Amino acid sequence: MYSRILVLRFPKDIVDKPIITNLVKDYGLTFNILKAQIFPRKEGMLVLELKGDRKDYERGIQYLKDTGVEIEPVAQGIRRDEEKCYQCGACTAVCPTGALHIKRPEMEVLFESERCSACELCVKTCPARAMIVTFDKILTA
Amino acid sequence: MGAVQKTYQEINEKIRKGQAVVVTAEEMVGIVKKKGPVQAAREVDVVTTGTFAPMCSSGAFINFGHTQPPIKASKVWLNDVPAYGGLAAVDLFIGATEPAFDDPLNKIRPGSFDYGGGHVLHDLVSGKSVQLRAEGYGTDCYPRRQVEMTVTLADLPYAVLCNPRNAYQNYNCAVNLSQKTIFTYMGTLKPRLGNANYSTSGQLSPLFNDPYYRTLGLGTRIFLGGAQGYITWQGSQHNPNAARLPNGVPRGPAGTLMVMGDLKEMKPRWVLGVSLQGYGCSLSLGVGIPIPILDEEMAYYTGVSDEDIVTQVKDYSFTRPDPLCEVSYAQLRSGSITVEGKELPTVPLSSYVRAKEIAELLKDWIQKGTFSLGEPQHLLPTASGERHGIPESVLRSFENPSTD
Repeated sequence: MYSRILVLRFPKDIVDKPIITNLVKDYGLTFNILKAQIFPRKEGMLVLELKGDRKDYERGIQYLKDTGVEIEPVAQGIRRDEEKCYQCGACTAVCPTGALHIKRPEMEVLFESERCSACELCVKTCPARAMIVTFDKILTA
Repeated sequence: MGAVQKTYQEINEKIRKGQAVVVTAEEMVGIVKKKGPVQAAREVDVVTTGTFAPMCSSGAFINFGHTQPPIKASKVWLNDVPAYGGLAAVDLFIGATEPAFDDPLNKIRPGSFDYGGGHVLHDLVSGKSVQLRAEGYGTDCYPRRQVEMTVTLADLPYAVLCNPRNAYQNYNCAVNLSQKTIFTYMGTLKPRLGNANYSTSGQLSPLFNDPYYRTLGLGTRIFLGGAQGYITWQGSQHNPNAARLPNGVPRGPAGTLMVMGDLKEMKPRWVLGVSLQGYGCSLSLGVGIPIPILDEEMAYYTGVSDEDIVTQVKDYSFTRPDPLCEVSYAQLRSGSITVEGKELPTVPLSSYVRAKEIAELLKDWIQKGTFSLGEPQHLLPTASGERHGIPESVLRSFENPSTD
């Protein structure tokens, strides 16, 4: 089973077309929507986890690209300001995927962006405000 | 009379000559375990400690210099954060937890508290300019009613960090028994025992290494915000008579420190404004204390490890007032504890990584001879009744020293 968390951007002209449903119907993939921002006739944004057989996954991705959907890994939109982070660990209380976790016994707070689901719970939990989520900000700007 | 006796003067002389043996509190654990307190006291002169965490009872006295014509500033704001002006004409106190005057607070819960007194202190220490606004009611000697100016820390004639309560000796581990998430000064607590938050650096924490404050008082020189500062008094809520373990370590919140230091010498890395969601603004501050090993009793105390210190697990949802259980810092650091049959993840709010960095920095300063011990002129109030010294069993087990 292959699985990835992706940010999908739907250009204005295809935002009203049924697309994700075809990933299930024609490619046998399953998905879990983590976040969506869709308005009629405006660029749409979807964060989802896509799962399935590796080959089906790659065919599905190709289908999305052919349809005009822009795809980027979620990690690109989320980062940690290493200057600001002072390695306390407060964020690990709310991180649902374990992307933010503590290496023991050193007690270093690690951030694995590949495991991040962009839920943004850490952003306001971090006392130093070191977590930066930018992918949906670009959209609204 | 113990087997080892050293004075502050003797240790300072060694520091001056570059001969003092300095180790961090983390390193001392192994030394005392291996060699025993008597031998450790012969070999080690100073043990360095550290802590870096939100410390709400912090702030700074600032004098911004007289204007022309002069003003008696009774209301003052720094970057829109209200400061206290009820002092002489251009003196003020800015507190770490004061939010900006137009902060929406908790009107939409949980509030985010983006900017407050702690952030002002960080901006000043970073060398950034800060907008100062003041109002006066006008007097014959201070006719001016208003002033607005941009200041940097270098412009200010006087700026002293003066914190009435820092470096708590032990603190609760916080959990939430209720059905909804709560946002506290102990961080976000998920419902039904979702997580357990704690906030000390454990075996590296200053007051865990001198549980009876034998070396702490007015004049003890310390690492404060990246500079040299001083302990000036016991902190507010200082409670030396809290229940203690046989090794002398309090089982819950006990001693506290009032500390002071020149803000102008501090570094932004160690004076950091923080926002605690749903609670408010604060200041995360680096504090480190060198503990002189005056005798084997001090070696014994500084040899304390996370296994030897405990705290109380408390419910922060007002569901149950009594502590739920007692846990050791070794358990807290392992990543999970069991409370009422449920295993829950532990979450530190105090940075162990930064605490260790402070202990190492202080060690480096002392080894280089740029930092010497300050002998306290007036010790903090300590526990009434006798101290638990070194247990007989510990002394006996090291009576025949191994030949390594």
